[in-house]
Amino acid sequence: MDAHASVGHAELEIPYNVHPRPDTGVYNAKLGIWLFLASEVMLFGALFSSLILLRTGAETWPRGYEMLNVPLATFNTFILIVSSVTVVMAWSQLRLGNLKWGRIYISATILCALIFLVNKAFEYGHEFREHNFPKTNNFFAIYFTLTGLHGLHIIGGVIVFLYFLGPGAKMWAHDPERFTNRIEVVGLYWHFVDLVWIFLFPVLYLM
Amino acid sequence: MALRRQIRVGSQWMYADEAHKALREALRVMEDEKGGEHGGHHLPWIRRYVFSTDHKWIGLQYGFTALLFLMLGFCLMILMRLQLGWPGTAFNVMKVLGESRAPGGVLLPEAYNQLGAMHGTIMIFLGIVPLAVGAFGNYLVPLQIGAPDMAFPKLNMISYWCYAPGGLIMLASFFAPGGTAQSGWTSYPPLSVIASQGQTWWLVGMVFLITSSLLGSVNFIVTIVQLRAKGLSYMRFPFFVHAQFVTSFLLLLAFPPLEAAAVLQLMDRVAGTSFFLPSGLVVSGQALTNAGGGNPLLWQHLFWFLAHPEVYVLILPAMGIVAEIIANGTRKPLWGYKSMVFATVFLGFMSFVVWAHHMFLTGMGTTISAFFQTTTMIISIPSVIILSSLFISLWGGSIRFTTPMLFALAFLPMFGIGGLTGLPLGLAAADIHLHDTYYVIGHFHYVVAPGTIFAMFGGIYYWFPKVTGRKLNDFWGRVHFWISFVCINGIFFPMFAQGLAGVSRRLYDGGMQYAHAKQIAAQTNPFMSICAIGLLVAQVPFILNFFYNAIHAALGHRDEGLGSNPWEATTMEWAATTSPPLAHGNFEVLPVVYRGPYEYNVPGEEAEFIPQHMPAVPEPAPRGGTLLPSTAVAMREN
Repeated sequence: MDAHASVGHAELEIPYNVHPRPDTGVYNAKLGIWLFLASEVMLFGALFSSLILLRTGAETWPRGYEMLNVPLATFNTFILIVSSVTVVMAWSQLRLGNLKWGRIYISATILCALIFLVNKAFEYGHEFREHNFPKTNNFFAIYFTLTGLHGLHIIGGVIVFLYFLGPGAKMWAHDPERFTNRIEVVGLYWHFVDLVWIFLFPVLYLM
Repeated sequence: MALRRQIRVGSQWMYADEAHKALREALRVMEDEKGGEHGGHHLPWIRRYVFSTDHKWIGLQYGFTALLFLMLGFCLMILMRLQLGWPGTAFNVMKVLGESRAPGGVLLPEAYNQLGAMHGTIMIFLGIVPLAVGAFGNYLVPLQIGAPDMAFPKLNMISYWCYAPGGLIMLASFFAPGGTAQSGWTSYPPLSVIASQGQTWWLVGMVFLITSSLLGSVNFIVTIVQLRAKGLSYMRFPFFVHAQFVTSFLLLLAFPPLEAAAVLQLMDRVAGTSFFLPSGLVVSGQALTNAGGGNPLLWQHLFWFLAHPEVYVLILPAMGIVAEIIANGTRKPLWGYKSMVFATVFLGFMSFVVWAHHMFLTGMGTTISAFFQTTTMIISIPSVIILSSLFISLWGGSIRFTTPMLFALAFLPMFGIGGLTGLPLGLAAADIHLHDTYYVIGHFHYVVAPGTIFAMFGGIYYWFPKVTGRKLNDFWGRVHFWISFVCINGIFFPMFAQGLAGVSRRLYDGGMQYAHAKQIAAQTNPFMSICAIGLLVAQVPFILNFFYNAIHAALGHRDEGLGSNPWEATTMEWAATTSPPLAHGNFEVLPVVYRGPYEYNVPGEEAEFIPQHMPAVPEPAPRGGTLLPSTAVAMREN
């Protein structure tokens, strides 16, 4: 009976949760996040397409660099790129078995994200003082929608990173490999969020 | 008597089927000893029944919720049909809508619009998709591919708990000031943007439903790719798994643009933007004060980019179910299995490049129309391949006319009518006449109602013994089938005649106010409405049959003579585990797959059907070279 119960328990384990399946070469969560990112490409792709359609159909369209704060956005671009580096460093430190430095790099990533959000808040505040609201015109409508949705993605990332810094890190004690995988997966998401900004920045601010 | 295969169990030789029976019985006894249905894992009831992570229970949650929503959507339709059949007549039943929508039991036009919008929304997003993917997919895919559960059980739970609140928000919108959404299930702006508050609720509800589908589809794809059993290559999948696989990709990639569109429309309604509002819009004699410069066609593009793949989300799982039932009911492999699989994949790709055939009348130009009518004609080919393969599969089969088989057989011509009547709509010239008429309603209802919903009924009758260990009553199943079959055609077939005569859709009096429509509307609408009521009555035996057996099963009354594989199926959900399946992990030992999905009556094999996980009898090495291998395999006549 005992032997049976343990067999039953072993069956409960989902296969390929931590180690890659030999014939596909990935573990479950990694495939999952790539699929999720594919759907995110479709989400932002639809919004960018909407922007193109609205802009080509408009009689006049403001120049981004005349309406928005380009130096601040350039700085934000730099900050996000740095955060992409730190999240890779966190993952590589965890792979080396170094939890302490892994956590330091995760904290650095969170810090970068917070700097980005604070800068963004300054930008929004400035626009509101200038009486530029989403309803002002379609340029600001799409600007606030796209950057707002991107900002929500950043906030989501920060929440996940905070979880892995705090309660989520307990997993390190009993399953370090799985914890490292989780950082890799959230890292992939984070790179994607950065990549969206890399597209947003020239399209909204420079063109 | 047929020859039976013998296998070696320990040191003994046993008949394979007897060995299996004994093994299953032993497993069931062990399960019972472990403490009832949920084994030794003593989870609190809220983790077992509300926030369960077991794919089978989540599948049942989806199934029950979706069936309730299907019933609700059907009831809304009955109210609409009462109005269409006898316009302006007072009905007591109409008073459930309240004095503001139906004063004295006479339905108001704006209330008719609300019923229409919510009938479509509920049937598609809350009824069929959750039933086809959430319920059938969740319950069966892990069992059919030999997986212990879905790849992400918690995500699976969250997916259901995004769907349920989405549904509740949709229901709550009926009580919003000004009523629920009334701009059709398509929510075309500018009407939807200037509509009452219910539309905002609709959009928020949609965001929940889209999130649910998204999480579900990621889970399905990862489960199918990563957790399929050893030896289960893609060409050994049961066709149902292929259908769910392609469906998941459609959900994954087509839903985000609708999410984007819903966000933009929410911005238009809440933040006062003008994404979908053109300049100079005048509503009720008043110029709108918004900035303008938006484009209503942008919504249509984003919406149909989702909604055309959505059509295939509605039909592919149904085809999967029908394929399973037909292979089992004809006792032979599916004809052209490989071409069906490739057709399904091709269909998935093509469904992303046909969306603008819904927009031929928007003035988008003849070049673009020509492109989309060409792709639309191309996409009809894979559908025809699948349907033809299913028809040819019947040829020469010794068909068992069980209740599920009746529904599956009815699906074929019904989907055929629905599909073929779609061709004139895909041709830009013919569409000018037919667009927005009852012909369109007839076309897509033939695909979805006697098509998909019949397949769903077939699936329920077919897999009910899997879930409960009891069979649904066959006689009442036949009563359900035949009355439904007659009535549903009585509702939808006259719609083609109405549409060809030019009766527009979405008219709350069914066309009585138009000279060209009046005659045919008066001739056909009462008959169609009576058929609708007949269809409602036909569901009574099904509902009673379903609950009688479901409640008995819940009380632990199993059909003792039934066994685990009552349909003598080859796929693993039947053959490799008990009915109902083990609560945790599905299989005592994860099965290994040795053969294709439908090995019925294989020439040269003594067994009538060979389950996928049955190894070929190992042929003992000839000793001394005197014994031929074929005679060395023990065979005995029983």
